[in-house]
Amino acid sequence: MKLSLIAATLLLSMTGTAVARDLSTFTLVVKNHVYQPDELKVPAGTKFKLIVRNEDPTPEEFESTDFNREKIVLPNSSITVYVGPLRAGSYGFFGDFHQATAQGRLIAE
Amino acid sequence: MLGVALLVFREVMEAALIVSIVCAATRGVARRGWFVTAGIGLGIAGALLVAMGASLIARLASGSGQEIFNACVLLSAVLMIGWHVVWMSRHGRELAQHMGAVGSAVRAGSSSLTLLLAVVAIAVLREGSEIVLFLYGMVIGGIGAVGLAGGIALGVGSGALLGFALYFGLLRIPMKHFFTVTNGMLVLLASGLASTAARFLVQGDLLPSWGTQVWDTSGLLSNGSLAGQTLGILIGYDAHPSGIQLVFYATTLLLLVVGMQRLSRTSPSPSPRMRSPLADPASESLR
Ligand SMILES: [Cu+2]
Repeated sequence: MKLSLIAATLLLSMTGTAVARDLSTFTLVVKNHVYQPDELKVPAGTKFKLIVRNEDPTPEEFESTDFNREKIVLPNSSITVYVGPLRAGSYGFFGDFHQATAQGRLIAE
Repeated sequence: MLGVALLVFREVMEAALIVSIVCAATRGVARRGWFVTAGIGLGIAGALLVAMGASLIARLASGSGQEIFNACVLLSAVLMIGWHVVWMSRHGRELAQHMGAVGSAVRAGSSSLTLLLAVVAIAVLREGSEIVLFLYGMVIGGIGAVGLAGGIALGVGSGALLGFALYFGLLRIPMKHFFTVTNGMLVLLASGLASTAARFLVQGDLLPSWGTQVWDTSGLLSNGSLAGQTLGILIGYDAHPSGIQLVFYATTLLLLVVGMQRLSRTSPSPSPRMRSPLADPASESLR
């Protein structure tokens, strides 16, 4: 009973998010294991879409411990990650497979 | 080489902590070593397959395949751990009693053990596939054989060492409390895995977040630090969880604790002969 209630609520809210598709989109590019741009301005207080394109011949993992995201980006392909809503502030992200060079920040404002 | 060692260490550590808790929790069950070894072997094979099929997984479900795959893998581990701890709440006491007797092999428990073999395999598969993709990239990038082999050896070695440390630490717990502690750890582990699964589903926009960053303790202990990552695995620590993660965590915790209590209350006494005459007549007629 309680479980089915939870399941129903989840399903309802899932279809709810599926309808709301008018999210703003931002793009990051990984090239030579460096993020371009390495600082990206994003809106605070609203969910947005982040596209990460990997132009290197090697796989990368887009990761942030500041806004809790991790996703593998295969060579010459791109991924979409949904982020936020974030509070105003600065959030670091990195390429888990090339941490020495692949570093960047989201500035939410 | 240090870069390789560091990443490999972090991934191996995540899997090793899970494996060592599973090892401790199955203490005294016959053929356990074989099951755990098979689980690790299956996990490595699975990791290679997942890495090879990565582009296929990435394309599934209009780009959310990776999130769905990760969430499914984590949630199946949650189910299997859940099944085991509930089973243990019935048989744990027996197990603890038999352990004292020298050479007494506990015959029961192999079905529960199969589930935990799967948990070991899943943990190794998930972290292993990341290692495989990373190493593949390193090889393409032209890393030398010495740097590669040295890094892997150093990373796997130190990660495994941490797992062994936890395992032998757990063995020091007195037998009276041993299964209570390990079962408790498994429950927290499962709750944390459920919360991580929710995080992946939010990342893929498949679940609402119900509030991002419900609280923020990253100033005290960040997710990126070694301690934060360790606690993340062991108890599901997250410095700034989303609301839905808390719901998944609490629901798993509640279901498992209630399930364990329900079953231990109705658990049969060690000897079937000593059963009360009021016991379930259906099971009596089966004997
Ligand atoms: Cu990992």
